[in-house]
Amino acid sequence: MDTYIIQIFNGISVSSIFVLAALGLGITFGLMKVINMAHGEFIMIGAYVTYLLQNFFLTQMDKSIFDIYFLLAMPAAFIIAGIMGLILEVTVIRHLYGRPLDSMLATWGVSLVLQQLARSVFGAPNVDVRSPAWLNGGLILSQGLQFPYKRLFIIALVVVCMIGVFWLLYKTATGRRIRAVMQNRDMAASLGINARKIDAYTFAIGSGLAGIAGCALTLMGSIGPSLGTAYIVDTFMVVVLGGVGTLWGIVTGGLVIGTSNTTFEFFTNTSWGKVLVFLLVILFLQWRPKGLFTINSRSLDDQA
Amino acid sequence: MNVLGRIQSKRNIIFIFIVVMLSIAPLFLSDFRVNLLGKFIAYAILALGIDLIWGYTGILSLGHGVYFGLGAYCMAMYLKLEAARGKIPDFMSWSGLETLPWFWQPFSSGTFSLTMAILLPAFLAFAVGYLTFKNRIRGVYFSILSQALAIIFVVLFVGQQAYTGGTNGITDYKSVFGFPLSIDTTQMALYYVSIVLLVLTYALCNFLIERRIGKILVAIRDGENRVRFSGYNPTSYKVFVYCLSAAIAGIAGAIYVPQVGIISPAEMGIVPSIEMVIWVAIGGKGTLIGSIIGAILVNALKSGISESFPDVWSYFIGFAFIAVVLYMPAGIVGLVQNMAEKFKRKSTQCKNGMMEKPNKAA
Repeated sequence: MDTYIIQIFNGISVSSIFVLAALGLGITFGLMKVINMAHGEFIMIGAYVTYLLQNFFLTQMDKSIFDIYFLLAMPAAFIIAGIMGLILEVTVIRHLYGRPLDSMLATWGVSLVLQQLARSVFGAPNVDVRSPAWLNGGLILSQGLQFPYKRLFIIALVVVCMIGVFWLLYKTATGRRIRAVMQNRDMAASLGINARKIDAYTFAIGSGLAGIAGCALTLMGSIGPSLGTAYIVDTFMVVVLGGVGTLWGIVTGGLVIGTSNTTFEFFTNTSWGKVLVFLLVILFLQWRPKGLFTINSRSLDDQA
Repeated sequence: MNVLGRIQSKRNIIFIFIVVMLSIAPLFLSDFRVNLLGKFIAYAILALGIDLIWGYTGILSLGHGVYFGLGAYCMAMYLKLEAARGKIPDFMSWSGLETLPWFWQPFSSGTFSLTMAILLPAFLAFAVGYLTFKNRIRGVYFSILSQALAIIFVVLFVGQQAYTGGTNGITDYKSVFGFPLSIDTTQMALYYVSIVLLVLTYALCNFLIERRIGKILVAIRDGENRVRFSGYNPTSYKVFVYCLSAAIAGIAGAIYVPQVGIISPAEMGIVPSIEMVIWVAIGGKGTLIGSIIGAILVNALKSGISESFPDVWSYFIGFAFIAVVLYMPAGIVGLVQNMAEKFKRKSTQCKNGMMEKPNKAA
């Protein structure tokens, strides 16, 4: 019985990381139709921001307040990754709206540059981030059945971020503008919305969410310049499986891929587990090419 | 259209020029450089296949490393068995295998291995292409799926160490069809075989794109639904060109292996697959000749730069790629063509969609 509970918990916990990484992508890819291959590098930026902040607290601050660094790291990762996203949008992405394949290739170049930059600044080897003391240990349910606080924290973080994005998109004026621009750009512009500005903000928010994902990932293990590459395809699969452009799709896609990943790994091994998950996703898309949750469109040539 | 037309007419002349240059290159270069150039020619063959599917048909495959790798592994299995001389390959005995796995056995035949190097990628491409194109999965979705394909194969090849050599791949060959690989004559012969294969592949691609099928491929690229409404079935054309492109990649892999001496999963993952696309983009997609120029030039630059400044290469290729996508969507070929046009003081305006600058990029 305990093994099953642990399995389910591990599944949910892996899923939550996928969802967190895919949440930003769901905005840039799902809403803006920009294939940001550098999304993984924004995750990396968030992780390195956490690392830098930790070092700052270790060297400059009193030991007694070290543990609060992580609480500051999350907004810092969001803001810095967001600013980097804004810079990327203004310099590169804005030329590429409506050309999804080109955006994919150009952002691949961006990801190469950012990875090399990380390698030059922080060195090629992975670095460790010390988790705050209040996340050590776990919730003990019974003998041999323990939920680590770190994983519980990430799950909670995902829920908070989801609520935040929902609130932003569906309850605020900015969110209404974002959705308006994404759904019908010309009409939104003619109604007085500054579409250029909205594009830039939306992209920055998507990148910032990647930064938060990076911050959370420092709890799971060491971080390095290739951190983003490890997540990028999984993340895209989550968005594609869920259905592009829906937040519920991201949650479901992340849950399906995360839990099936841990389940297959439990019965086979890591490599076959991954292969089986991807095969299932490919087969599933044969049946529903547009993913689980689809937004129907009357447009004939609805690319991406 | 006139710019593209001019490239088409001059393309064959440029191609002959390149082939002549490649043929006389061994007179001036060291054996090491000739060997490198042979590797680049294998890449150029691969790039021709990618140009066919991406440049002409508009399908961006980010998993071509898989087809290249499959062709290469077929050849590597044969070379390895030849080197093992009837015994089982060294890496298998290290992994605890006692007998040769059944699917390795036919690869002791060179003819079978070469045939499989072409057929295996084509079969896989047929399966993947038929399923996805029939269900009208296209554009970005197809690209992401093809990436997933690359991951699947890398994970599988790394995981099945006993059968594939794992991360290290298959290496340590002694001879090819009885000719020892260590001597220069064999290497030189392989170099010229690569050139012959390049010419044949180019001739095939050129033949196709100048026939009606080439026009249909371009039509699919520019407006698939209109092609469908005109009574054609785009699916069969797409599946055909995808299989052909995969087979070409397989051929490239087969000629790559004996020259480079190793094939490992690192050559078939996402990163190499995207780099392959980059060569075509930098050279100029949809021109055939551009993909050859791109593959050879980018790789020559890569070995040149990374010999002296390994760190700089990533910056270079990254920025080069951003610049190509943003400012020269027609690649080097388009740039040269534009400059030639300006030089002749002709109208720089061109109606062809591929040639026109992105309207916001100025």
